[in-house]
Amino acid sequence: MRLPCPFCGSRDLSEFTYLGDATAARPDPDAPDAASAFFDYAYLRDNPAGPHREYWYHAQGCRSWLTVERNTRTHEILSASLASGNVQ
Amino acid sequence: MSPQPNRRATGGLIDRSVSLNFSFDGKQYGGFAGDTLASALVANGVTLVGRSFKYHRPRGFLTAGSEEPNGLVELRTGARREPNTKATTVELYNGLAAMSQNRWPSLAFDIQSINNWFSPLLGAGFYYKTFMWPGFLWEKLYEPLIRRSAGLGRLSMESDPDSYEKVHAFCDVLVIGGGAAGLMAALAAGRSGARVILCDEDFRFGGRLLSERTEIDGTPCAEWAANVVAELDGLPNVTLLPSTTVFGVYDGGTYGAIEKVSDHLETPGPGQPRQRLWKIVAKRSVLAAGAIERPIVFGGNDTPGVMLASAVRTYVNRYAANPGKRAVVFTSSDDGWRTIADLAAAGIEIAAVVDPRLQVAPSLGDIAKRAHAPVFLGARLREANGGHALASLSIIGADNRERQVRADLLAVANGSNPNIGLTNHYGHRPVWNEEISAFVADVLLPGMSVAGAAAGRFALADILRTGADAGAKAAEDTGFSATMPPVPATTADPVSATPLWHVDKSRGKAFVDFQNDVTAKDVALAAQEGFRAIEHLKRYTTLGMATDQGKTSSVTGLAIMAELTGRSIPVTGVTIARPPHVPVAIGAFAGIHTGPHFKPTRLTSGHRWAEENGASFVEAGQWLRPQWFSRPGEMDWLETVNREVLAVRNGVGICDVSTLGKIDIQGPDAGILLDRVYINMFSTLAVGRARYGMMLREDGFAMDDGTTARFSETRYVMSTTTANAAKAMSHLEFARQVLWPELDVQTVSITEQWAQYAVAGPNARKLLQNLFGLAIDLSPEAFPYMGVAEFEFGGTTVRLFRLSFSGELAYEVAVPAHYGDALIRRLMAAGAEFGVTPYGTEALSVMRIEKGHVAGNELNGQTTAGDLGFGRMMSKKKDFIGRTLAARPGLVDPERPVFVGFKPVDPSRRLRAGAHFLGLGKAATTANDEGYMTSVAYSPNLGHWIGLGLIKHGPERLGERVRAYDPIRNGDVEVEICSPVFVDPEGARLQHV
Repeated sequence: MRLPCPFCGSRDLSEFTYLGDATAARPDPDAPDAASAFFDYAYLRDNPAGPHREYWYHAQGCRSWLTVERNTRTHEILSASLASGNVQ
Repeated sequence: MSPQPNRRATGGLIDRSVSLNFSFDGKQYGGFAGDTLASALVANGVTLVGRSFKYHRPRGFLTAGSEEPNGLVELRTGARREPNTKATTVELYNGLAAMSQNRWPSLAFDIQSINNWFSPLLGAGFYYKTFMWPGFLWEKLYEPLIRRSAGLGRLSMESDPDSYEKVHAFCDVLVIGGGAAGLMAALAAGRSGARVILCDEDFRFGGRLLSERTEIDGTPCAEWAANVVAELDGLPNVTLLPSTTVFGVYDGGTYGAIEKVSDHLETPGPGQPRQRLWKIVAKRSVLAAGAIERPIVFGGNDTPGVMLASAVRTYVNRYAANPGKRAVVFTSSDDGWRTIADLAAAGIEIAAVVDPRLQVAPSLGDIAKRAHAPVFLGARLREANGGHALASLSIIGADNRERQVRADLLAVANGSNPNIGLTNHYGHRPVWNEEISAFVADVLLPGMSVAGAAAGRFALADILRTGADAGAKAAEDTGFSATMPPVPATTADPVSATPLWHVDKSRGKAFVDFQNDVTAKDVALAAQEGFRAIEHLKRYTTLGMATDQGKTSSVTGLAIMAELTGRSIPVTGVTIARPPHVPVAIGAFAGIHTGPHFKPTRLTSGHRWAEENGASFVEAGQWLRPQWFSRPGEMDWLETVNREVLAVRNGVGICDVSTLGKIDIQGPDAGILLDRVYINMFSTLAVGRARYGMMLREDGFAMDDGTTARFSETRYVMSTTTANAAKAMSHLEFARQVLWPELDVQTVSITEQWAQYAVAGPNARKLLQNLFGLAIDLSPEAFPYMGVAEFEFGGTTVRLFRLSFSGELAYEVAVPAHYGDALIRRLMAAGAEFGVTPYGTEALSVMRIEKGHVAGNELNGQTTAGDLGFGRMMSKKKDFIGRTLAARPGLVDPERPVFVGFKPVDPSRRLRAGAHFLGLGKAATTANDEGYMTSVAYSPNLGHWIGLGLIKHGPERLGERVRAYDPIRNGDVEVEICSPVFVDPEGARLQHV
């Protein structure tokens, strides 16, 4: 598999490490339901068959955290952008 | 050398000026350059080459290529012996030694061929039926028996002496297969300027063109192929990879290929790998892998001398090796008739042409007429007779009369299956094409096109045209402007086929899968017993599950199942081929990453100095760290470590701590980032000071610890444990880039850029003063505990930290890594007058256990900050990663085991890490488990073993005795719970003046 890093271009999978679901946002720690929201955030994951947004870390490259949209059925990479939201 | 009785004097693509000697089953033979092992054996008249898997029936070559099911040999000797090697794919070399396999005591007389007579017991599913009961016989009788009879060749049981390497390659167009279609595709794409890689499994490009006598553009087709290869070779943008099989298609246009680099040599040359694994990233690919001819299933169809017609033509035309003297051609395809002319031209008498079709094209009849071959239309073969070599065949004519024909060679043609295994690799099943009676690729993989016979185009003109088309299209898709090369002129041969899967009323065993000994009767048995789904048929009969992946058998087997169950072939279904398309040596996947090269070895800049000073090294992740420095006369490591510990506590010692993770954190928001990753505050840390910090995972468990120093308002340097250096770095990056991208802060790992040494012991300050002189004021007032400074010395920057892991007056000195070697030598010189002692990780560990400092054994992913005694360090004034979930009831449960120290009640007893704590007199049950010992050491300061561990209500139970129970090492020691700080509990030594 190959990933299109916004900084480095198309790179081999072996340069990256995988974290997982990029759809969950870190909850507000001061919210009244913080305990259950953090439990969901830390442990509950959807495992969709089809397009999914995931975090990948370009550890052996530019060290950017990427948000990658990948089809989990076909491994087709639909998009990849910097997780920081910055534009290169 | 003996003469080669079946080799013709002229013709073929062999070099008669290069004679090669080889041996098969110990007997010497001769061959020529350009031969395969199979063609050389055929030339020498060797027809019996192996014994079958189950019935041990005599077998000869069925094919001349990589689809061969029968001709498997053990190639080479000693550690290089490779079982199950297809003789049809082995390029002959001088000194080649091969042995037949699966026979005892000899190939001609094989005891287990008696299985042939017991075959009624050995049909499909016999494992499941025969070895059912009694159960105890499984272990004692059945399994040893099956294990002895199972398998084909023998492994050498020695390490592979050869090396393998991996290559990454990138191209615009990858062409898989260098036959007529592949050559045209490569030519079309290559002429456009696109970067082309052309792979072929054969050591010579040309595919079927090497084995046929047809003409292209008025030149013999093999010569035409050579001309194209010469042009491609001259194109700088084209890479030719012969002897290279593409075995898998992976995600994102990545292809795996295996190149036989030195397999045509007795041993690889110096520095040469045996094989090379290619990872090819291609924007487009053209699959031009040709087609594989199908056998016909009839009685005795596995008798040596029965071959596919295409293979017969290969031996006769390409290798000038005649596989027989008197032949029968049994064909249901027009293509099979071409064999007649080739046999006649090679001087082989044709006893009969048998075609089940009632009518064939007139041009085919003319071929037979010219060869004076008797033709039987509407006929079939009922049985092949001969045992070790084909002797006769019985023909049932259209009139139902049976005739016996003497023959030592049978050429069988039954149409071809496009070689489309690679198109299955994303999980797509092929579809049945009624017009050509074969499966073709349906859903194509992204970027891949199929051309030539692989696309079900069997006429040479179509093959050339579709190849050129696919090559030009692929080049254009990648941004090159391609012009279709003119399609060369060819003769229009008929290519129709009406497959005959199985001859009804045939006599004797009729084989479908030659390699796994699956007969038509086994398929019928599966149908009868309800294993009719194609995946059931496969597993019940083992059809297509041998090393050849059913390349000559799967489709035939399912076609017979379709007939038996009265369903069409598409309804019956088809299996999916999976990678690898051909067997690939595990060594090739490992490449150079074996033994010490399995992972990188990282050395600190002080490594050479440590080696010079007698260090023994220990692996710490990828690093090598000095474990201890033995001195002459020391009996064991413990004596050495005890000396090192006492030297530090009583004088001064130096330890290389360069492997600890170091992260430079800069920016106006550096303090805020640290506040959010550590449980305690860092934004309030004064410039010039360091602080111990602990970080948690978001789930609330402890992740890593270390000290972080502040060098300016906007700059911190963090240290992590050696083990978690990379993890902590990626964690910080995640926090900075993903969680809080609004923070103005940057991070970079400087672990490898800085060398760092701990200088510890009562004389540490004096040592450093000796070295640095006036460069820095080390007085306790100017440079207190947890002070840090950066200064210039000897032309470089020095960072000094007053930190202590040992509990002694101690510093850590860091310099850019280039100066690491110089620094350790200068430190040792400066400490000579105090008897400075280098110490390793073992003494480091003893001292941290004596001081009750946590390390990797305690930060094991299952402990919380609270468990380790850092509960009160968790700030309540701010949010940090892990804060919310660390407050979960389960993580603040007062019943959780907590960190304390342990000492043996009998001071002579040794403690063991991993021992579990049980109340005195309590049984060793999970319910009575109160915690476990995490770290132990022999304390030379106390004269007995000490331990750290986690036990329920630990701090409230100081003085209580429990059992430290370690059943694995027969350990059961009574220990007393105590403070984890064994040495200098007041911390006075830290402040030594």
